Amino acid sequence: MVENIRLAFQGIWGHKLRSVLTMLGIIIGIAAIITIVSTIKGTNEQIKENLIGAGNNVVTVQLNQAGYPYDMSWSDIPQGVRIITEETRQELTRIDGVEAVSLFHSRNYAEGVYYLNTQFNGEIVGIDENYLSVYGLQVKTGRGFTDTDFEQFRKVALVDTNAVTNLFGGESPVGKVIELQNDIFTVVGVVALSEEFAPTINSLNDYWLYADSSSGTIYLPDAVWPTAYRFDEPQNAAIKVKNTDVMANAGKAAADLLTEEQIIGSDSDFDYRSQDMLEQAQQLQKMSESTNVQLIWIAGISLLVGGIGVMNIMLVSVTERTAEIGLKKAIGAKKKRILLQFLTEAAVLTSMGGIIGVISGIGLAQLISAMMQIPVAIDATAIVVSVVFSTLIGVVFGLLPATQAANLNPIQALRRD
Amino acid sequence: MAILKLTDICKDYQQGREPVRVLKNINLSVEKGEYLAIMGPSGSGKTTLMNIIGCLDVPTSGSYELDGQDLKNLSDDALAEIRNKHIGFVFQSFYLMPKLDARDNVALPLLYADVPLKERRERAEEALKAVGLGERMDFLPNQLSGGQCQRVAIARAMVTKPAILLADEPTGALDTKSGHQIMEIFRKLSEEGMTIIMITHEPAIAACAAKTYHILDGELRTEDAEEAEHET
Repeated sequence: MVENIRLAFQGIWGHKLRSVLTMLGIIIGIAAIITIVSTIKGTNEQIKENLIGAGNNVVTVQLNQAGYPYDMSWSDIPQGVRIITEETRQELTRIDGVEAVSLFHSRNYAEGVYYLNTQFNGEIVGIDENYLSVYGLQVKTGRGFTDTDFEQFRKVALVDTNAVTNLFGGESPVGKVIELQNDIFTVVGVVALSEEFAPTINSLNDYWLYADSSSGTIYLPDAVWPTAYRFDEPQNAAIKVKNTDVMANAGKAAADLLTEEQIIGSDSDFDYRSQDMLEQAQQLQKMSESTNVQLIWIAGISLLVGGIGVMNIMLVSVTERTAEIGLKKAIGAKKKRILLQFLTEAAVLTSMGGIIGVISGIGLAQLISAMMQIPVAIDATAIVVSVVFSTLIGVVFGLLPATQAANLNPIQALRRD
Repeated sequence: MAILKLTDICKDYQQGREPVRVLKNINLSVEKGEYLAIMGPSGSGKTTLMNIIGCLDVPTSGSYELDGQDLKNLSDDALAEIRNKHIGFVFQSFYLMPKLDARDNVALPLLYADVPLKERRERAEEALKAVGLGERMDFLPNQLSGGQCQRVAIARAMVTKPAILLADEPTGALDTKSGHQIMEIFRKLSEEGMTIIMITHEPAIAACAAKTYHILDGELRTEDAEEAEHET
């Protein structure tokens, strides 16, 4: 076998131009597949990152009515929904894969919030002690909320960097006073993501996805939420999980648990649902994949054509080497050995084509990524499968020429001079 | 004991609709260590006879015993094994592998006998030394003269230590001087006890053999029989 491979390399090296031209079909096919797979994977990873944030494995569980998120700003206090207790929060943290749980109130569009004469139209969140760590937020300047803030119902607030820009014109807000629902709150600190996560905005859709939160967020201790807004508003839950793989399951388990414990009566149209960003990401990924699967089929046709090219050249090679085959049979080579020799040659030829194709595919993918800002991720499985598959093409399309060689009659083979 | 025994060998070829009998009732017995030449003009059937002796072709009828083994109804692969073990071929046009050096060309039959690489190399080198090419083991065929190529081919035929050496016009492609060298090697091999069957149409070459057969229109006769015919 080693001997066969060595001979095959010699044969290929002896006909450099012919071998390269023969491999071309395989090279183009494999390169196309690697490029497509790399861009699919890259796009998918980008979608995932854009939607859920790298390393920010948080799933929110929201109160829904008849299948739609229940918006507290426009609606009454939901009837038959309990406020989530500390015991239930503890229970949520015991779900498989859950690292931390925070309960919070929120208003997506703030009303009646001012600094001096500037109106704030971002988001207001009433947070517990766990919220900052769950979302990976850090106090950049000033201080965070202390136990005393919660216990004594202090009217204090944290703002994020977007709010600093939009509401305070970029000045340090610490110690400044804002008006919120006709009440006075003192800003004690500025928070920001500890790991800077800048979303990539490629399209209008992406823009709308992030535009909501771009006005900034103001955080209040949840202890003062009832006095600022309303008493008896049920909270939503933010659940931090270990990794994105367990996200969907943990989110669903948390939603089921909350629906079970918080909703009174089984005929209620309220329930808790996890807002699973991963699921949305997967839907987007599927869309990009299905278009690319068609491209892979087209590349597959190139491989088929390449395989036929290999068969053609191998047939020519068998005819050319009739005397060689005849001599080998005369001095005692059995059919199997001749068959194996030509099969090996075809397989080595196409594997080399496959390897060159993989390398050019990676190069092409990098080039596309550099030129068109499409992210690429090289997929190891695709590489292995490509090389194995190209070897297989050699074996399949080499079978006919190799059988022909093995069945050559040595007398006739030696007579042709 | 005869190392090779042909009894009533006939060979037909289909030519158009009619079968043509190329060999007619050939009887030939060769003793171990014999050195014989078979002569005949082209079309006489001598290549067909050589193919049958060399197990490259099977007779239409008659029996063939090689080294005490009856070669009837053997598969292609079984015949390949017999060729590999018992017969050394030397062809007019050498048939060396152009991409292999002298050593690897000579070692090739041993590869088909599944001899390990190291032993293959050693035995090939030994065989090359025996034909006086000990200095040119690494040469490719196109770096060797015709005579040297034929000597490589002889080394390749001898490397498996076959029962008979079968040579088809061994000097046909060579100049007189190289031809003599080849004949010298054959003479030495014969002295060492090698059975040699040589096919040629040159009387001068045939004269090197101890015994000469003539084949004409598919019939085989010894030199003596022919001489007797001439006398009458």
